[in-house]
Amino acid sequence: MKPAEFYQRDHDRHPAAYTPGYKTSVARSPRLALISLQQSASEITGPVFGHDDLGELDHDLIRNYASDGDPIGERIILHGRVLDENARPVPNTLLEVWQANSGGRYRHRNDTYLAPVDPNFGGCGRTMTDAQGYYFFRTVKPGAYPWRNNVNSWRPAHIHVSVFGTSFSQRLITQLYFEGDPMIPLCPIVQTIADPDAIDQLTAKLDMNATIPLDSVAYRFDIVLRGRRSTLFENRLEGN
Amino acid sequence: MGQSLEYLKETPSQTAGPYVHIGLAPGAAGFDIYDQELGKDIIGPHAKGERIRVEGLVIDGTGNPIKDVMLETWQANADGNYAHPESGPVEDGFRGWGRIITDFKTGEWGFDTIKPGAVMGRDGRMMAPHISLWIVARGINIGLNTRLYFDDETEANAADPVLNLIEWENRRPTLVAKRTERDGRPVYRFDIRIQGEDETVFFDI
Ligand SMILES: [Fe+3]
Repeated sequence: MKPAEFYQRDHDRHPAAYTPGYKTSVARSPRLALISLQQSASEITGPVFGHDDLGELDHDLIRNYASDGDPIGERIILHGRVLDENARPVPNTLLEVWQANSGGRYRHRNDTYLAPVDPNFGGCGRTMTDAQGYYFFRTVKPGAYPWRNNVNSWRPAHIHVSVFGTSFSQRLITQLYFEGDPMIPLCPIVQTIADPDAIDQLTAKLDMNATIPLDSVAYRFDIVLRGRRSTLFENRLEGN
Repeated sequence: MGQSLEYLKETPSQTAGPYVHIGLAPGAAGFDIYDQELGKDIIGPHAKGERIRVEGLVIDGTGNPIKDVMLETWQANADGNYAHPESGPVEDGFRGWGRIITDFKTGEWGFDTIKPGAVMGRDGRMMAPHISLWIVARGINIGLNTRLYFDDETEANAADPVLNLIEWENRRPTLVAKRTERDGRPVYRFDIRIQGEDETVFFDI
């Protein structure tokens, strides 16, 4: 069987483009319907990365920017697997993360929140999944931070996650939240997702079995990318 | 009880937010952390084909440029092959993928690449040279997919199966970049309108 297209996206699972509770989306959402495109080579291929692209400490946010000590904050392990909708692991795929420091401040020229920048924390990391689709990062738990949406809007603690898969059609950026955070249901960005089960899928779970005693608490976060059809019948994807 | 189908559900998207640069282009965020940032060199040192530059704006529904947008590009080489195990071959060092950051003050972006070749599409129908684009930003809840075509490929564009799929012919030009020259070099202009008059065609791929 020759693999072919990826399953169509279930848009009920994703946020709509226009979500007025998240005000910035109002002027940044297409008003016309997306044109549905049957995939060609342009969509079923995508960039390939290798270990040569990465540095040794890239996955370790506790050490990758530290100059004179560890960053302040709760030390955590963030780990999980990247799978596809067929429940098959996605090996050797690039994952990139970014986050605020434990005080809720980003290291970014445009962030002016009054919480201090941590001199030993950059706030980004990247890694490749292994042959079984497994990945891990070490970092500190990010703080909540205020943002201008409603007068008093706060983001729950979250880590931004970018993942590639093997095709341009699997490209995904999302955010992970932490189990039990009371700010999750209050957040206008979380609430762009209508399906509570989908929100739960973005919530990393405390994983005591992966916790390192006397060192770091662990959270588990599995990521699912679009799955791929196998051609049982000729579907004339390629010309040859 | 019937049998259950054991499929998983795709992880939902969330906006990349205003600080996407920290993770994907830390230099633009204002700090240096990685030995090499990814997506800066699209074609590598040995690429065949015509050197071109592409420039534009991403414009929101109020008519203003989006200054914190990030684009990713994906394209074939001059022979119409992608740097991917299911396509190719391509020249050493050719990745065909790029990350494009805007000027935070003006929203202008640009990138240097080669003009891709025509690519074999479905059912053996050739697709005109094109660059696939993926657009994320604060306020964009799920990345937007579109394609950039070239206005000097009149014949190939007229036969392109994807452009022809767009029922509203007056929307097709939103996907066609306009060629000009600067200092003897070809520069294509491609403004993307997220919403409103002349809204760019976006695809559900
Ligand atoms: Fe954030």
